[in-house]
Amino acid sequence: MNSNKKIHLLVDSVKMALIIAIACGLVSVIVFTVSEDPGPAIYSFFVGPFTSLRRIGNIVEAASPLVFTALAVIIIFGSGQFSMIAEGAFFIGITGTMAAAISLDLPAGIHSVVAILFGGVCGALVALIPALLKMKWSVSELVTSIMLNYVVQFFAIYTVSYHFREVTSSSLASLAFKETSTLPVILDGTRIHGGVVLGLVFCVLVWFFLYRTSFGTKLRITGDNPLFARYAGLGVTGVMVAAQVIAGAIAGIGGGAELLGMYNRFKWTASPGYGWTGIVVALLARSNPLLVPFAAAFIGYLNVGADIMARSSDVGREMVDIIQGVMMFLIAADALLRGWKQRMIVKAAQAEEQAKANEDVKEVQA
Amino acid sequence: MAEALHMKHIVKVYSNGVMANKDVTLCVNQGEIHALSGENGAGKSTLMKILFGEEQATSGEIFVNGAKVNITSPQMAIGLGIGMVHQHFMLVPSLTVTENMIMGIEPKKGLLIDEKYARQQVEEIGKKYNLYIDPEKKVADLTVGQKQKVEILKALFRGAKILILDEPTAVLTPQETVELFEELKNLKKSGYTIIFISHKLNEIKELCDRITIIRRGVTMGVHQVASVTEEDISRLMVGRDVVLTIDKKPASPGKALIQVKNLRVVDENGNAQVDDVSFSLREGEILGIAGVEGNGQSQLVQAITGLGPYTSGSIMVNGQDIRGKSVQNIRDLKLAHIPEDRMTSGAAAKLSITENIIADKLGWKRFSGRGILKKKAIREYGDEMVRDYQILCKSQDVEIGSLSGGNIQKAVLARELSGEPKVIIANQPTRGVDVGATEFIRKQLIDMRDQKNGVLLITSDLNEVLGLSDSLIVLFEGKIVAYISDVSSMTEAQLGTYMLGIEKQEEAQIKEALHE
Repeated sequence: MNSNKKIHLLVDSVKMALIIAIACGLVSVIVFTVSEDPGPAIYSFFVGPFTSLRRIGNIVEAASPLVFTALAVIIIFGSGQFSMIAEGAFFIGITGTMAAAISLDLPAGIHSVVAILFGGVCGALVALIPALLKMKWSVSELVTSIMLNYVVQFFAIYTVSYHFREVTSSSLASLAFKETSTLPVILDGTRIHGGVVLGLVFCVLVWFFLYRTSFGTKLRITGDNPLFARYAGLGVTGVMVAAQVIAGAIAGIGGGAELLGMYNRFKWTASPGYGWTGIVVALLARSNPLLVPFAAAFIGYLNVGADIMARSSDVGREMVDIIQGVMMFLIAADALLRGWKQRMIVKAAQAEEQAKANEDVKEVQA
Repeated sequence: MAEALHMKHIVKVYSNGVMANKDVTLCVNQGEIHALSGENGAGKSTLMKILFGEEQATSGEIFVNGAKVNITSPQMAIGLGIGMVHQHFMLVPSLTVTENMIMGIEPKKGLLIDEKYARQQVEEIGKKYNLYIDPEKKVADLTVGQKQKVEILKALFRGAKILILDEPTAVLTPQETVELFEELKNLKKSGYTIIFISHKLNEIKELCDRITIIRRGVTMGVHQVASVTEEDISRLMVGRDVVLTIDKKPASPGKALIQVKNLRVVDENGNAQVDDVSFSLREGEILGIAGVEGNGQSQLVQAITGLGPYTSGSIMVNGQDIRGKSVQNIRDLKLAHIPEDRMTSGAAAKLSITENIIADKLGWKRFSGRGILKKKAIREYGDEMVRDYQILCKSQDVEIGSLSGGNIQKAVLARELSGEPKVIIANQPTRGVDVGATEFIRKQLIDMRDQKNGVLLITSDLNEVLGLSDSLIVLFEGKIVAYISDVSSMTEAQLGTYMLGIEKQEEAQIKEALHE
């Protein structure tokens, strides 16, 4: 079956390349149809993000929150649950971290760590709600998590408006964070911050957790076949609940890191949608934590490109949403390239048969 | 005689790379009963799926009544007069016989189903072929034999001229088998062509005209059944002489390992699935549980292994009452469980062989410390298991789902037997497993018994239950109807009368199962 593994890998890689090519092709087609002057627009979309260090920095900044939400999605989906709580956990993480960043008095460094951890705890608590409802009353975690995302969004806006609002500001914004809480910029000339490093560390940690710990193995067994997990005596409900709590904590920490790395006030008026984009990243990374940085960087690149294009031409940045939608659609299309794959598998199987037959002949002759 | 069906040089490669048919040719004459035989995994089922349009051949040609056809769906196969009776019945239990028969081809009266006409037709066809079943009865209330009749009628009702029966006797008692053979001979007289898939040699000898044998996806030849012996057939099937008998020393049972007392399992509808069952499994014995499928075996196993609830009574495993204990707690009492269906509950298909084997041992000090896996120890253990249990694979890292059924079962066995269990619950341990692996698995179970462990064997294979068990319980409608302390004195026919509930032992004799 070794040749089979190679075929799978080859087909998967070609499929990804094809999907990215289709996405890029689609960008060009749309730009050509809607733009008066398509040449510069396309240039600014594809090449624009690489024209200065600051812009390359933008790609990394855009990718950073997606790394956390994608990891959360990988853990939740990997345990066989379909909770969409990454979005809500991320936003409540932002809110919790904000509260800690404004109200606590701690030395620099320790302040950020405490604030981000508090964000993580908030994320874990929010993710626990759909998990418990499912465990106790078999309520679909898909439904409760989506509803809960709205609750979280309005709770966050309420908290800022009524408890942490900067009253002198005309638009909604929180009080400024204490300077002791903000994360340092690690590369001059960009806004690449400590949270990016944290994201990369988490990719390795989540990989280690899933593939090198006994609990991670239990999680993967439960995700693949919960009936088997139950039969083997693994505490299935415990694994499912723990997976969602861990994922919620990671998304919450991501929210905190994003807030303290990129902002000095809370300025959102709606949930930023990183949880949803995190699903695209997780799919693009084929649920492998070690591939998440690359997938997130690619989505970050598309976003930065679209921003630059929107500023320098007559094409709107909403284009990115179309591309992401199409990509998700293509990744989910199982039948894509199936004919080609089947033909290769047939060939490999026949070659293997032939080799076996030849060996038999040799044996007989000997 | 005219050819009803000719399949030429069929090749089939599945998308996981398994080459199920390498070169199969099957030629069936009109009006004959043609046996299709071979080991499990030889490619019989694949061939029939291709014929019935459920799978597409990678290459090869099919001729029906001399005309070349390309069958892409079961609807097309039915249109060509091909009917299939699956081994697992394709019936809706909550509907009546009539409703099941007319499904998809309902006679209409305006917008409504013409129920009266439908019932009439069903009744007529049943009488015509001497397969009468009450058209008003719900399928759920029928016996296995009757369900099979409905399946056959369903195919005939759709105009089938060629009937495929996939291991039809596997689920029947000896008495029901005799009846089925009468019916099939009648159908043959009326000009129907029948393809009879089986690896029970005596049945083929009794019923069939010609036989096609497949081994490892290749046709080994077509023979007149009358001119070959059973030994010839089995040699062609397996490629070597097979030991058809099971060899074992007499048992010397010791103290009780499992003691079940007055166990009742009542389902949501208030029906007792297990009804006042008491027995003991002693060390050093294989206790068989015989019975037609669906007579409480599954519920009994689920109760003992902690996977399902029980209403009243008690179960002691190794001297401890298991009420309220989790599956993990019960496994810790040195109980191993080979599950009925390895793919639904016995394996995580996308994980590697080794990950599957250590799934229940993740907490062992040997394999993990402080929650972190000891990769090296696990790899060594994986190699050891693959070697000891003769699991055929490229490496221990391949997805278990890509192995053949027999090899997956060996991996399940490796997981369950390597933990030094005292009690082994073996539920259909050799179902869908080829002859070679079956021999291996049975030998492992006998070895476990000889090492003073207890084996509870649940199987619907009469040969197996009679050959492997030392003593035997027969379940009928959730009750024990017979306890046989010495299986060697038992015949298949006698066992059949108990399994069908025709005969029942005296209470005193049944009570002996408890050994108190």
